[in-house]
Amino acid sequence: MNLAEQAQRSVAPSPAVLTARGAAKTYPGGVRALEPVDLEVREGEFVTLIGPSGCGKSTLLRILAGLAAPSGGEIRWWGGGADRLGEPGRHLSFVFQDPTLMPWASVAANVRLPLDLARRARGESDPRVAAALGLVGLGGFESSYPRQLSGGMQMRVSIARALVTDPDLLLMDEPFGALDEITRARLDADLLALWSRRRLTVVFVTHSIYEAVFLSTRVLVLSARPGRIVGEVAIDAPFPRGDAFRVSTGFAGFCQRLSDLLAQASATGAVGA
Amino acid sequence: MTDPRRLDLALRVAMPAVIAAAALAAWEALVRLYEVPAYLVPAPSEVARTLVADWSILGPSLVVTLRTTLAAFAVAVVLGTLTAFLFVQSRWIELALFPYAVLLQVTPIVAIAPLVIIWVKDIQTALVVCAAIVAIFPVISNTTLGLRSVDPGLAALFRMYRASRLQQLVRLRIPSAAPYFFGGLRIASGLALIGAVVAEFVAGTGGHAGGLAYQILQAGYQLNIPRLFAALLLVTLAGIALFAAMVGISKLALAHWHESELVAER
Repeated sequence: MNLAEQAQRSVAPSPAVLTARGAAKTYPGGVRALEPVDLEVREGEFVTLIGPSGCGKSTLLRILAGLAAPSGGEIRWWGGGADRLGEPGRHLSFVFQDPTLMPWASVAANVRLPLDLARRARGESDPRVAAALGLVGLGGFESSYPRQLSGGMQMRVSIARALVTDPDLLLMDEPFGALDEITRARLDADLLALWSRRRLTVVFVTHSIYEAVFLSTRVLVLSARPGRIVGEVAIDAPFPRGDAFRVSTGFAGFCQRLSDLLAQASATGAVGA
Repeated sequence: MTDPRRLDLALRVAMPAVIAAAALAAWEALVRLYEVPAYLVPAPSEVARTLVADWSILGPSLVVTLRTTLAAFAVAVVLGTLTAFLFVQSRWIELALFPYAVLLQVTPIVAIAPLVIIWVKDIQTALVVCAAIVAIFPVISNTTLGLRSVDPGLAALFRMYRASRLQQLVRLRIPSAAPYFFGGLRIASGLALIGAVVAEFVAGTGGHAGGLAYQILQAGYQLNIPRLFAALLLVTLAGIALFAAMVGISKLALAHWHESELVAER
């Protein structure tokens, strides 16, 4: 299976969705958050950035989303600049650390927001909202308000809002970090199912090694601030991955490798600082 | 049967009512016991009787004062909100103008009222201007604060989806500002009444047969203390009614989402 996958990759490499060339971030005042980073994310990949707290992984993700400008280097989406984002086949969505919902708007209105802002007609957007809520298992909650939902459900609304534009690239910044272990495991499994069903490309940030191994096709390890990529582990376990994968020896092996890399990353960061 | 909400409401009404009844009873008893003359402190029953007997005089005065108050309140809300929108459009405008808003706030209305009354020919308009000057500041400051307190995450989200300035204003800033705006309305409604009464006092009794403050002044000159108390009572009741109306409007607008209007569950 591994061989087949590798063979497929070498024969027909899927096109690059996201490319960073020397992307760096230095804040005014001289604080270096991110050393120059080179990375390439190909179509259909699930890439996770992992690193110690405050290592700049969120900064990197925001730069990759075009939410913040890098102070050096450049980012290309499908080989083009930010101005071409939103064209057909170039839809990007971002899921924040917090649900970031409008408390005054119903669940349906929150999910519909990206379509409303693009001035889509209600007749077109309402079925898409219903479909997106169905994908995250929140059908029937259209008229609820965010405060009536649990933290996990709010996060699902946030994911539905990201999916409603039918994105080709999904960037997620520790979306499940504030949730309990059980909810998190369930949302991880749901996310993976979505990813394979919708053939999404995902860049995910977390500080949980287990989450990174469970979800990803590839994990990038960042060093302590200023962040730079110090290691890369391909998680070449087959999909679909279920609860059995979480307790397999393979899983433990990947965790061990990442854990070692992270320990090194923290150490080099400390020396560098 | 024992709906906690209904119980809460009942307590809210019952407790102040008990206090009021006790205070009124004590007042009535003390006045009768020591035979205090009505021109010093009238008994509550005397005030109530005067209120009914003099309604033909006091009623129209109440209408005059309320009309001034509501007009001033409307002016303050419209101008205050527009000013707040202006302030958030540009930091420069706010820096340049905010000190003058503060100036309006800190200058006692009693001190400006005579000038306004001299400058503005129509006395009714002058009263409205005075009361609006008092009421406008909380509208400006609260609405400005509200328009600025946008969740940074939501702001980033709107930017990411390339929301136009108008979309950001209508869909993000105005809803974010609503709780602050209604807080400002509550304060402004009370201040508009205070401003109206103060302005009436300054305008005095000369020529303009007017509002409740005019009646209070007249009753004072004539040592008609029961009528003075009755007029005072009407001012207070008008203030409470205004406040209650603002609370009601705020509840209608925010009940479905904002923490301040949520009934405690569990």
